[in-house]
Amino acid sequence: MSIDMSQFHQVFIEESNEHLDTMEHLLLELDLQQPDQEALHSIFRAAHSIKGGSGIFGFDALTSMTHVMENMLDKARQGQYQLAKDDIDLLLRSVDLLRLLLTQYQAQETPDWQAVEQGTEALEARLNVSQSEPDQGFGLFSKPELSQPEAFGFFEPLEPEQAGATATQTETEQDQGFGFFDAVDDAPSEHQQAEASSVEAALGEASQPEEGSQGAARHALESQINDLLCEDLTPTEADPNAPASKASPVSAETNQAQTVANSPQPRASAAVVPPTQPSAKRVPEAKTGSSKPSSGIKATTENKVKIKPSSESVEASSIRVDTHKVDSLVNLVGELVITQSMLAVLGKELQGPMAERLQTALAELERNTREIQEGVMSIRMLPMSFVFNRFPRVVRDLADKLEKQVDLVIEGGQTEIDKSLIEKLVDPLTHLVRNSIDHGIETPEERRQQGKNLRGKITLSARQQSGNIVISIRDDGAGLNAERILAKAAEQGIALPDNPTDSQIWNLIFAPGFSTAAEVTDVSGRGVGMDVVRRNIQSLGGRVEIESQQGQGSEIIINLPLTLAILDGMALSVSQQTFILPLVNIVESIQPSQEQLKHIANDQLLWLRDSYWPIVPLYQVMNLPDAIEDPAKGILVLIESSKSKFAILVDDLLGQQQVVIKSLEQNYRRVPGVAGATIMGDGSVALILDVESLAQKANQTVHPKEVA
Amino acid sequence: MSNNPTLAANVAESEFLTFTLGDEQYGLNIMSVKEIRGYEAVTRIANAPEFIKGVINLRGEIVPIVDLRIKFKVGKATYDDFTIVIVLQVKQRMVGIVVDAVSDVLKLQNQEIRPAPEFGVAFDSKYLLGLAALEDRMVILVDIEELITRNELALFDEQAMAKMI
Repeated sequence: MSIDMSQFHQVFIEESNEHLDTMEHLLLELDLQQPDQEALHSIFRAAHSIKGGSGIFGFDALTSMTHVMENMLDKARQGQYQLAKDDIDLLLRSVDLLRLLLTQYQAQETPDWQAVEQGTEALEARLNVSQSEPDQGFGLFSKPELSQPEAFGFFEPLEPEQAGATATQTETEQDQGFGFFDAVDDAPSEHQQAEASSVEAALGEASQPEEGSQGAARHALESQINDLLCEDLTPTEADPNAPASKASPVSAETNQAQTVANSPQPRASAAVVPPTQPSAKRVPEAKTGSSKPSSGIKATTENKVKIKPSSESVEASSIRVDTHKVDSLVNLVGELVITQSMLAVLGKELQGPMAERLQTALAELERNTREIQEGVMSIRMLPMSFVFNRFPRVVRDLADKLEKQVDLVIEGGQTEIDKSLIEKLVDPLTHLVRNSIDHGIETPEERRQQGKNLRGKITLSARQQSGNIVISIRDDGAGLNAERILAKAAEQGIALPDNPTDSQIWNLIFAPGFSTAAEVTDVSGRGVGMDVVRRNIQSLGGRVEIESQQGQGSEIIINLPLTLAILDGMALSVSQQTFILPLVNIVESIQPSQEQLKHIANDQLLWLRDSYWPIVPLYQVMNLPDAIEDPAKGILVLIESSKSKFAILVDDLLGQQQVVIKSLEQNYRRVPGVAGATIMGDGSVALILDVESLAQKANQTVHPKEVA
Repeated sequence: MSNNPTLAANVAESEFLTFTLGDEQYGLNIMSVKEIRGYEAVTRIANAPEFIKGVINLRGEIVPIVDLRIKFKVGKATYDDFTIVIVLQVKQRMVGIVVDAVSDVLKLQNQEIRPAPEFGVAFDSKYLLGLAALEDRMVILVDIEELITRNELALFDEQAMAKMI
């Protein structure tokens, strides 16, 4: 029986990354004086799961690394070893190393064995130093033979009987092909036993073919286990001497296996949908097969549920879906919305008694479509905590490095935002947080002199505000220094208005190459940062604002749309063609009077409320014939972009509507002045205008002449 | 539907969809053809070359429409109920080409395809597969994939083009 294991690699790598995130998170939160026993268990389990999986897939570097981490963690959770801050640092570095190894395995590169060796040595050195008397069970863990012969030297001075135990252990492992063996550990923890017994019970139950339906259940369970754990398990199953070691891998290794354990109990299995297709089919089968679970099973499963940490139960109620599937679903729903509005247009043309009935049905359809659309869009939404959770680590590392004391407060981590936005937010936010620590927060000494709390505070928050996500990074540090910024701007020859407002000064730091840091460090000061941050945010359709008070701290506020896939737009027409203008940029629309229109050479300006608005005639930009050319006869839409204010001349406004953004570049190319396309209710294509590039147009036509 | 046009070449027999541009008969490998539809109103794109008529909505995809008659200056670019758009799919990209009419599907053995002349046809010879004589008429076989991926039709940006070749 040979199954291509590589098909499970991706699942393993994703799961391992999640485990690593959990470990990092828990390690950072660990109170060293009074470590939370449950947290220690969870960290251990995470390491253990990675080790187990890596053993199956032959990712030996991971196995060696997690193995020694496990040693330290196991001692810590059994109270035999007191974790110090250095240990946490070391473990965090190991987590980083594991991440690196995972990416290397994913890219099918050779793992960095040298780093692994150094990592394991460092961990072992700590363990050996602080371990005045070697623990009895310690020898059992020294099993690197499978994975890393070089590291074996560390454990040579073993007592004979320990060495014997190791040898036997290694043998059994090689039989099984599994890289872990806790159940044989001389002191297996309670929860493992419980898990083991629950799986055992489930297997036992299934293997008693009392009735025909039970047989079906058993068959389903067995084939599922075989599918998931492959041939390696089969000999183990047949081996009556190792029931515990059989069950332990099953329970510790995969969620799928847990599903197997749970499946005889309908209540539990209902919440769990295994990610793989075959098991999804089989679970219900198994469920019906054992509709009357024995009380024994109930007891063990309930016992297990108690022990389960909360993170696992969250995991169990979610499924892993390929993002492409979600994306194509989003696309399809977009189609549905379009078809629905096409039907609505058609329905209006119908006359007679059928028309009313059709209208009712169409209204129903419209409501349902909207609900489906909202539902599908919400699948793509992820909580901000996906981004925020990385920052405790960033802050801790950087604060240590700069010898500052910084507390991080995270608010609104549950605020949901589109997945595509999340990925692109990581870099800008990281930059801003680093900035806050480096430039914002003062050293403890400076803070003491100013009578501030020695520990600086950085608050990361996210909240939803009328169709937008507002993310803010606030620190209670020194705030921006207006004088220094102005001096620097003068030095770099950046033009400034005569009496700049605060926000105009703050906006200077977004200029390319701008840095007020006195010296360039590896943390910041090269001045490539803020303009990149702003550009990134703008490419997501967002805005960045700064508020700052000298001595009190500063706040960077990022405004983002909820999703990139749908846009609130204003439909407008120029010579029979429809365009969409993003609603966020529109200030107002007016029909100008002749007096409000001024001319400079060939360009026209609108004089409104004490300021001049350059007019960009859309028919010129889009090269369209037969449009209204006199602004007094058409409509001017006043636009505010990040760069400038201007007015667009159009023939008519058609109304406000939500549009699904389609890429023009999919089959065609980028078009200047156009951000994308959308499909209107009648099935025709409308172009979405790109306000930023129209703004450039406005600047080109007007500014040179103003200077002259 | 197979996306592999070379498959046909391997069996020494290819199928070509023939169409007319002006007075000439052309053929293109049928494996590139996604569908054939009537010409419908397009949305014009600003500052595009004249032969790019605009874009249409093809079941949710935005597909550019190219009028080969304008591009290669054959026949008259008129649009009526009989004007045809052949939607092609080449390297994951879709494009529609406007032609005067679509005739039929030709099965050709490889030896029936003769080398193309260096001149006398609207297309540059590097975009031709060859000629096929058929009873009394001559069919010009166009290498449509080459025509599109070489960006002769200016259908995509340089970066996108670099990725394709």
